[in-house]
Amino acid sequence: MITKMTHVNIYVLNQDSALDFYTNKFGLKVIMDVPMGKDTRWLTVGTPEQPGFEINLTPITEDMFSKETAEALRDLVKKGTFGVGVFTCNDVYATYEELKAKGVEFTKPPTKEFYGTEALFKDDSGNWFSLAQLV
Amino acid sequence: MHHFASLKLNGSKNTRKMINEQYPKIYLYRRLVQAKLFIDAHYLDNIDLDNIADEACFSKFHFIRQFKNIYRKTPHQYLIFVRIERAMELLKADIAVSVVCYTVGFESLSSFSRLFKRVVGITPSTYLMQQQIIKTRIVESPLAFIPGCFAEKYGWLEK
Repeated sequence: MITKMTHVNIYVLNQDSALDFYTNKFGLKVIMDVPMGKDTRWLTVGTPEQPGFEINLTPITEDMFSKETAEALRDLVKKGTFGVGVFTCNDVYATYEELKAKGVEFTKPPTKEFYGTEALFKDDSGNWFSLAQLV
Repeated sequence: MHHFASLKLNGSKNTRKMINEQYPKIYLYRRLVQAKLFIDAHYLDNIDLDNIADEACFSKFHFIRQFKNIYRKTPHQYLIFVRIERAMELLKADIAVSVVCYTVGFESLSSFSRLFKRVVGITPSTYLMQQQIIKTRIVESPLAFIPGCFAEKYGWLEK
């Protein structure tokens, strides 16, 4: 029987910059940051309210992909192709104001939808997410 | 009025629409968020929460109630929470309990330990010890913490 989802990949253009974005701007916490030899590290972040769920900030390297695939994937990420997921919060207006003050780029301000109030933002690589307060 | 003028300067069509139709309490939110960011930035100082309420142009009672509505904690509880969170980070970095206590703005070790235990569930020294053990394990066998599929893809398994 399947119990939980524990890890999810977000492909990022640069791990250092992604770490700065996800912790200092977006407010997640580092869960694992383990150097694994030259130029690579295992880097995961998460929210304190959801222990056991790790977001793996995955660099697009040529260890993992062929050169062409890596280049293509980098292009797609940069273009904002991938909507990665939804983060929920207690109060989307307050969270929106705070994140904006910290320099997070929003592509849609909080807007009432059928399932709740939602804003859209991008990470430093180009991945986009919904920030939602569910009804 | 000057709030509105400055807003208009940088407000896109979308933003104005949002304010008119769906976001009537924008100023209230901005002031509360500023107060929260002030605590985030000055948690070390001897913050006077009355001052923050004044800065945010609220009566103290109204300020505390509105703050709690948004953050689920009173400003005072939130300040303690920020200090304890920072303490956890420092303990993770292997800094001694007594040093951490003063570094995050507590004046007595006993009140620090008591509050830490109330928030985290264990004392700061137990937390420090646990973190040291985890760290040692990670250094000794990092692959125990990394799902095998990723490790294999990265080529870490052969090493």
